Amino acid sequence: MSNSQALKKSVLWDWLTTVDHKKIGIMYLVAGAFFFVLGGLEAMIIRAQLMFPELNIVSAQAFNELITMHGTTMIFLAAMPLLFGFMNFIVPLQIGARDVAFPFLNSLGFWLFLFGGILLNLSWFFGGAPDAGWTAYVPLSSAEYAGTGLDYYVLGLQISGAGTLIGGINFLVTIITMRAPGMTMMKMPLFTWSSFVSSALILFAFPALTVGLFLLMFERLFGANYFIVEAGGNVVIWQHLFWIFGHPEVYILILPAFGIFSEVLSTFSKKRLFGYSAMVFATLIIGFLGFMVWAHHMFTVGMGPVANAIFAVATMAIAVPTGIKIFNWLFTLWGGRIKFTTANLFALGFIPSFVLGGVTGVMLATSAANYQFHDTYFVVAHFHYVIIGGVVFGLFAGTFYWWPKIFGYMLNETLGKWFFWLFFIGFHLTFFVQHFLGLMGMPRRVASYLDGQGLNDLNFISTIGAFFMAVAFVILLVNIFVARNDKAVADPWDGRTLEWATPTPVPEYNFAQTPVARELDALWYEKMQGNKKLPVAEPLGEIHMPNGSILPIIMSLGLFIASFGFIYATYWVSVIGLGLTLGCMVVRSVKEDHGYHIPVEEIKQDKEVG
Amino acid sequence: MKQLGKLLPLTAIIFLLTGCGELNLTALDPQGPVAQMQLSLIKLSLYIMIIVIVVVFAIFAYVLWRYREKPGDTHIPKQVEGSKTLEIIWTTIPVLLLIVLAVPNVMDTFTLANVEADENSITVKVTAHQFWWEFEYPDHNVIAGQDMYIPTDTKIIVQLEASDVMHSFWVPALAGKQDNVPGITNEMWLEAEHPGVYKGKCTELCGEGHWLMDFRVIAVEPDKFDKWATNMGEPEQEPATQLAETGREVFQASCIACHAVGGVGGNPVAGGPDLTNFGEREVIAGFLEFNDENLEKWLRYPAETKPGNTMPAFNHLDDSEMEALIEYMKGLKVLD
Repeated sequence: MSNSQALKKSVLWDWLTTVDHKKIGIMYLVAGAFFFVLGGLEAMIIRAQLMFPELNIVSAQAFNELITMHGTTMIFLAAMPLLFGFMNFIVPLQIGARDVAFPFLNSLGFWLFLFGGILLNLSWFFGGAPDAGWTAYVPLSSAEYAGTGLDYYVLGLQISGAGTLIGGINFLVTIITMRAPGMTMMKMPLFTWSSFVSSALILFAFPALTVGLFLLMFERLFGANYFIVEAGGNVVIWQHLFWIFGHPEVYILILPAFGIFSEVLSTFSKKRLFGYSAMVFATLIIGFLGFMVWAHHMFTVGMGPVANAIFAVATMAIAVPTGIKIFNWLFTLWGGRIKFTTANLFALGFIPSFVLGGVTGVMLATSAANYQFHDTYFVVAHFHYVIIGGVVFGLFAGTFYWWPKIFGYMLNETLGKWFFWLFFIGFHLTFFVQHFLGLMGMPRRVASYLDGQGLNDLNFISTIGAFFMAVAFVILLVNIFVARNDKAVADPWDGRTLEWATPTPVPEYNFAQTPVARELDALWYEKMQGNKKLPVAEPLGEIHMPNGSILPIIMSLGLFIASFGFIYATYWVSVIGLGLTLGCMVVRSVKEDHGYHIPVEEIKQDKEVG
Repeated sequence: MKQLGKLLPLTAIIFLLTGCGELNLTALDPQGPVAQMQLSLIKLSLYIMIIVIVVVFAIFAYVLWRYREKPGDTHIPKQVEGSKTLEIIWTTIPVLLLIVLAVPNVMDTFTLANVEADENSITVKVTAHQFWWEFEYPDHNVIAGQDMYIPTDTKIIVQLEASDVMHSFWVPALAGKQDNVPGITNEMWLEAEHPGVYKGKCTELCGEGHWLMDFRVIAVEPDKFDKWATNMGEPEQEPATQLAETGREVFQASCIACHAVGGVGGNPVAGGPDLTNFGEREVIAGFLEFNDENLEKWLRYPAETKPGNTMPAFNHLDDSEMEALIEYMKGLKVLD
């Protein structure tokens, strides 16, 4: 800790009040990992139930709750926060900034996500989890057909969604305004670019979800009517609102993963990214088209052939920029010197896996054929291929790649490779066969299946694959534990981008002097020029840093408490909760907080130690 | 790559061993023109995708082998910026491939949406309930539960509705699905080429009983269908035996408020499936093998047998009443 005020803080208080993007990044990673384990356990129960026909390990009701919570948890509480963790820690470092644009909001975004996630999961203990699928289609999710679980869903997702929206805005502003001198937009690392586009998608997509959840909440809690047919409502509107958010959400997840692959493949083939500008434009086009195709989730809902044909063709079009990316990655590797580290294995394993997920995406986009695929295990196979083969592989590649920078030690490569191979084989074993299950007549979201329908063998294989993935994940956890004494150097991979120019552990202020980025892959450029150090944009001087604050956690807690009041119609509790949140907002607005300065001597001291 | 090489044949072998799934359930062995059209489109898309997969995997395998780091190699590779020519190539070729797929898809999408009646076609209104199916034949003034009888080689126009939550009507061997949406009537068509029993499933999560919400499409020769439709509209015949006659009394005391037989009884709002031809079902409640034991189990413990359904338990019936009721229900036939 670098000033007298901070010295007094206990470790716990420091983490609860921190506005440091690196600590918030770590908290996102830890919380995301926790929910990832939770969602993984739910998946294991699901696959165990489906191992043999007509098993009754859990009841159909519990099964519906499990699939709902598995999907919701993995998307909102695991994949997104884990990506946010990397974005938080890495993006400011990659652009040579000292923090994000709005450190206080950054903290608020994290705590909102965490309290929203906890609220959602508490439903397990209070009357059962939501059971209408992660898509929560009405009328199944309406007050008439679903219990309080859905109240936890609408409120939990609204709170954590607000956190995500705040985070997205924060990254947009950070990337636009806080790049180091010399780093033009077209010199930004691809991970920063994809985080930027992904944040823009968050900005436009999440409001649609919020509106949908808001309407459902008012219908469920206050007797409003938007979706009730008998009273003139329309159930298809929910699906539109959900998927106007839901489809871009897929790209919100996959684009940062694309960014991670771009960094990892380039670093471990020792080549700059092939077709950098094509990659950037492909990312932008995918982001744009991502908003034009939501109704391909609704081909069977009765939109008519004109809408179906248009959305089918629009969806197919996304294959083009995605293909551009795949080929540019292949040609990044072409002529390189490929090192098979665990991080790179995940990036390399991603390419064939994601291509398989991509081609089934085009098959699904074929609207007339989609009538067979829709809502079957073919779809389950497809989206796990893109989400595990894309997003999760990206997260694991990022984990092994950035672990030394974030946690200061190297993960074990031998265990890492065991982890990769078991996970990779398990993943394909689990999901490849599901394509056929779908076509052989197995709908998705079934709590079990009858014997004698020709579905037994492939389901058995699928479950075996899932066990492989679970074992692989345990090996990762073991790795994290046993490798903890293998201290990392600042730049273990001979990196190319600015985050590898910081010392490890990264000081609170990131860069003692703001660097100048002279080229794409700024650090690599200086290395090739024979420069030991980055050029700097300012003399060594005092560094202005923001103060920590306990307010974000209290504001989030306030909304958490208010939610219970709404769910159980005890509105005085809601008033207290909302009062807490609003009170904190008032305090934040009127209390002047100018931050503090880190004196030059201390920075010099850090430098000598480093 | 290596691991994929090992995996693909393995799954291929398993796939061969298991076949394409169960006949009259799987979409991979179509039994009518709609499913055939859809399978051809699936195949076309698959072939195009295999081209993509082969190209990508080949480059991938070559690159990994050719440019792997060899021991002692420390050279710095040339930092290539990119290639406009290559970018144009891998933008154009996928566009062309997609056009090859998009054009037949748009045509098929419109063909499948053509639900205009022809001179032979018949209309079936399918109403989905938690967790059973109701089939109404407006031209014949007939309502049937669970089993959808259709004539072969006839265009069947299916109108889909739902009484509670969303459901989805899927008979993989005959046609892809359309959703049953409350408040909206969706239309699709299908046709069966051969007489047979085709399995249907609900494919939209609809609650606890979703996984058991199966139905049958029973395709019969047109004259047999006419006989079925005529007899379904007739009043119920007198039970053949004394036991069945007793059973009928039990039925009229316990069941008829919800279940119609021969146009009598039932409840359009809270009722259950029409039972006029119950004795001709293959399964009870959509999934249980049809025998006395299962029927008794279903009547006595419906909630445990098919969770989430709304049928009350009739466990208060004594053994003789139950025996009579079962005898009566087994005799409810229209095709003999």
